[in-house]
Amino acid sequence: MEKTPKWIDVGLIPLLNLLIAFVISGIVVLLIGENPVQAIKVMIDGALGSPYGWGYTLFYATNFIFTGLAVAVAYHASQFNIGGEGQATLGGLGVALVCLAFPWPHWSIALLAAMIGGALFGAAWAAIPAYLQAKRGSHIVITTIMFNFIGASLLNYMLVNVLRPRGSMDPATARFPKSTYLPTFHDMPLIGQFFGKSVPANISFFIAVLACFLVWGLIWRTRLGYAIRAFGRSESAARYAGISPVKIVMAAMLISGALAGLMAINNVMGTGHRLVLNSVEGAGFIGIAVALMGRNHPFGVFLAALLFGFLYQGGGELALETTIPRELITVIQALVILFTGAFDNMLRAPIESFFVARANAKKEA
Amino acid sequence: MDFATIIELLDSAVRLGTPLLLACLAGLFSERAGIFDIGLEGKMLMAAFFSAAVAAVTGSAWLGLLAGIGGAMSLTLVHGLASITFRGNQLISGVAVNFLASGFTVLIAQSWFQQGGRTPQLSGNARFEPITLPGADAVKDVPVIGQIYDNLLSGHTILVYVAFAMVPLTWWVLFRTRFGLRLRAVGENPESVDTAGVSVIRLRYTAVAITGVLSGLAGTYLATGLAAGFVKEMTAGRGYIALAALIFAKWRPVPALGATMLFGLLEAISNRYPNIDLGVVNLPIQFMQAVPYILTVVILAGFIGKAIPPRAGGQPYVKER
Amino acid sequence: MSAADQTNAGRQATAALGAKEAATPAKVPAIELKGISKAFGTVQANKDIAIRVMPGAIHGIIGENGAGKSTLMSILYGFYKADKGEIWIKGKRTQIPDSQAAISAGIGMVFQHFKLVQNFTVLENIILGAEEGALLRPSLAKARKELKRLADEYELNVDPDEKIEELSVGHQQRVEILKALYRQADILILDEPTGVLTPDEADHLFRILDFLRKEGKTIILITHKLREIMEITDTVSVMRRGEMTATVKTSETSPEQLAELMVGRKVLLNVTKTKANPGDTVLEIEDLRVRDEDKVERLKGINLTIRAGEILGIAGVAGNGQSELLEVLGGFANGTGTIRVNGQDLDLTGKHSDGQSRRARGIAHVPEDRHHLGLILDFMAWENMIFGYHSDPAYQKNPLLMDNAGIIAHTASAMERFDVRPPIPTLPAKSFSGGNQQKIVLAREIERDPVLLLVGQPTRGVDIGAIEFIHKRIVELRDQGAAILLVSVELDEIFALSDRIAVMFDGQIMGERLPEDTNEKELGLMMAGVAT
Repeated sequence: MEKTPKWIDVGLIPLLNLLIAFVISGIVVLLIGENPVQAIKVMIDGALGSPYGWGYTLFYATNFIFTGLAVAVAYHASQFNIGGEGQATLGGLGVALVCLAFPWPHWSIALLAAMIGGALFGAAWAAIPAYLQAKRGSHIVITTIMFNFIGASLLNYMLVNVLRPRGSMDPATARFPKSTYLPTFHDMPLIGQFFGKSVPANISFFIAVLACFLVWGLIWRTRLGYAIRAFGRSESAARYAGISPVKIVMAAMLISGALAGLMAINNVMGTGHRLVLNSVEGAGFIGIAVALMGRNHPFGVFLAALLFGFLYQGGGELALETTIPRELITVIQALVILFTGAFDNMLRAPIESFFVARANAKKEA
Repeated sequence: MDFATIIELLDSAVRLGTPLLLACLAGLFSERAGIFDIGLEGKMLMAAFFSAAVAAVTGSAWLGLLAGIGGAMSLTLVHGLASITFRGNQLISGVAVNFLASGFTVLIAQSWFQQGGRTPQLSGNARFEPITLPGADAVKDVPVIGQIYDNLLSGHTILVYVAFAMVPLTWWVLFRTRFGLRLRAVGENPESVDTAGVSVIRLRYTAVAITGVLSGLAGTYLATGLAAGFVKEMTAGRGYIALAALIFAKWRPVPALGATMLFGLLEAISNRYPNIDLGVVNLPIQFMQAVPYILTVVILAGFIGKAIPPRAGGQPYVKER
Repeated sequence: MSAADQTNAGRQATAALGAKEAATPAKVPAIELKGISKAFGTVQANKDIAIRVMPGAIHGIIGENGAGKSTLMSILYGFYKADKGEIWIKGKRTQIPDSQAAISAGIGMVFQHFKLVQNFTVLENIILGAEEGALLRPSLAKARKELKRLADEYELNVDPDEKIEELSVGHQQRVEILKALYRQADILILDEPTGVLTPDEADHLFRILDFLRKEGKTIILITHKLREIMEITDTVSVMRRGEMTATVKTSETSPEQLAELMVGRKVLLNVTKTKANPGDTVLEIEDLRVRDEDKVERLKGINLTIRAGEILGIAGVAGNGQSELLEVLGGFANGTGTIRVNGQDLDLTGKHSDGQSRRARGIAHVPEDRHHLGLILDFMAWENMIFGYHSDPAYQKNPLLMDNAGIIAHTASAMERFDVRPPIPTLPAKSFSGGNQQKIVLAREIERDPVLLLVGQPTRGVDIGAIEFIHKRIVELRDQGAAILLVSVELDEIFALSDRIAVMFDGQIMGERLPEDTNEKELGLMMAGVAT
């Protein structure tokens, strides 16, 4: 059975797809009468040209690592979790409740508790769609979309009617106690001197990196990960091996939801210091692009999250420095999803048949 | 609550339900042909922008309508290419379509009008104006029937009447024509169509083209009928509610009318009464807003009547054997 | 007689048949295929196939699964394009690029898996693609009238307003036949039409086919069931491994001859094995019944026993319940009845009726379909080497992590012992040849020292060198005292390995024989359901 070399599959094709997405984005920039080369310069300067830029790029990347991992883990069990947005929203609620519940003596203890809170709430929000998929065959894509909206409504209700401090008009929680503030890059030894006070990147970034390693270990080094991958590749073979579909779908989705929920330690606990409406800002959806781009491998997810962090920060700078709105990033994101996801066969089919033909020719020669 | 208030609420439900209805019927054609479409939101948004933009520039709502349909159609083509020609993942393609519309509309709006991602306010012929049905003024003082005729039935834009006419028309096309028979067949079992010597690919492209037209109408109504111009993200999840209504209606046109009007009514009620006190419980506005989604999950779970999607939905057709 | 001899014999038979018909020049064949060849990648599915069928005849095509029958018919119906060859319909060379062309040429096809829309009525299914105009009403009215006529003429009664999903399988098939007749097909191809039918329904189908023949329709019947060929066809072609090995008049052949042509003989199988020395009973099956998703009974009361140190071979034509037997024993299909292993009952439904529980009871399973069951093709060899046993604590480095390095080392040595080439544990399973893939599965299952080994089609798609090796290993396991259930459609393999042979037909055991007391002829009759 001839197959294309691995570097084609995980290297060349994704890069070509990315290239197409960027070329089309460049054309869009031209269409709106701006200079794409200039735009890229502004983005690189703004996102990578200074510690300030890096501070934001890594902050955004942290969000995307969590949501990208969430999509990737579910994907290994052949589940398309499109509900990262809602799970991260609920994760925010969990983190906020933990932070406000108790006058925490030290940020480290608060962080541990908040991680548990965020992960639990995120997992809970994935649990119902997962259960309905596993037991009743309800399409998980539709149910997770619905749960995104239900989650938004729930958060809205909690902020307006329950958690809003008396007298405040803002639909937001009270400020978290100072003792829960996480150390930012500025507060850290060694690197602190490079980063300014206002830099949002914080210790959550390192937790996100740790999560990459843990997910990698889970998927490729544990029994559960083995079963998840086996189920995701071949449901019939999994049944032969005695792997329970219900258990796998539940486990994968709970872990996925927990990862999405963990994002809240970065955006809620790390910088916002209070929970506001729409604190997730679409990061749950970007997770889809990140996972697709990263071929569902934690290392790939890490790289793709950095790329999108760069795009996000660069896009923000673009909006400040030029007349290009930051929505350009949404377009790039859409094109990345389109070409690396939905249009994958466009390049893959001809490239693969080229390699198969070449391999056959070699064999005959 | 007096009668006039009820009429007002229903009138509002019709207005708010119309874009849902058009989008729902749009989705119906696509999904009945076996192409899942979670990109209705994006198509509506694209249509909303292009209709408003062209209407603003030309001063003609009708030209706006054409542009709106064109905008939705371009995304339909993307989705069709991904799902039919390249046999890609229809859900991923739908997600991409939504983001594409979300970003692209603001980008172009800013470039064309420099008003922070919106179009200029539309007025006069650039909007679809309400139509007064014949004799509405004459009977408006007749109690009940006159009020219903004048306030509820009369006074909507042409697109509302088109939307309502689309319901029996869709039913008729689906269940009384050759095209409808083939369309339903290709969504249930494309092999049955293929072995009967009919092209699966052409059928499916035709179906998604109709989806493009109808979602174009839906978006155009949003921007030039319901509102007076485009603002960013103005669809605000209506594409997903339409999707929910489609599931709720079990992919049938007449129940689709019921579902979308119900969801329209829910929106009308929550706009008017932020909190509903039922004595025992106090229903907050957020709950009312979430009801369509909650209902859809309940339906999908099969607790009250199982919603079975077209059997071949979501799977690219690969000729086998 | 070698395979080549048989092919020659077949060609001569075909030539003889052709010569006879050429003598009556008035008759033009309804359908004639010349030199049809089709390859998928490196697999030659059809090789230089020639057939001619006269109008008003029923022509059978018989062969095992994978012999290339369905590919041939798909070419005739425009699903595939032949690499080489010509199709002649009623004396005219015809191109069939798509199904539309096949329909216009008067070809109607009844597929093995019906191409019906489940929630449509019979009438709607019939007119689909053959509507009269843009509106349905006139087409439906016309079809209703036509249907009544056809029903009267051919005993093809179905309620035109019933939904397909409400119909029995037999009636659904009638709808398929009606679809073809409504399109005025005069050449009707039926692909394994009785596979899903009860005997009564099958008899009815044959009556219908007989009517159709009398009306002058030409029928091609594809099947692997000898009884059907003998019962209804006028002429029959035998296919084996993509080639047409013979075409004969049905009246001039016998089931035994056909069985021989069909199964064929490989290079003589050399298995050196001593006489079995059976010990205690390991496996007891009593009144085992299994229903499939459509509620059709696939196993109809199986009774079997196997003792330690004994190989029981299950002979039979594919599709007679062997797969279901393996599935229920392997724990991934539910059943009713009793199965005991070493005197203890197995759960046949519920939580403990799964692969894990079976393995815990010492049941190992080399499944029939290694691509969809036995292996995960994207997984590397070492990952596949523990598939199904992955929960074994022996494969854990610590309670958390798996001992990947240990498993890789274990795999490397197992690959050495089982002569898997190339012996690289990190290669994905899909990169190995069929024989080497099978050795990976075999190594995994045999090295667990099971008390009972289930083996399905151990050498399907396996090269000759590997066959010998695999057979040797199975016999060795028997000599170590395991009970072995062997399912194979290859009679040679059954004879070479089995200590006892049970023949399965239509979900039942037709009888048991000792290999030394029987021969292929007798087994062939039992496999065809005509002897017990």
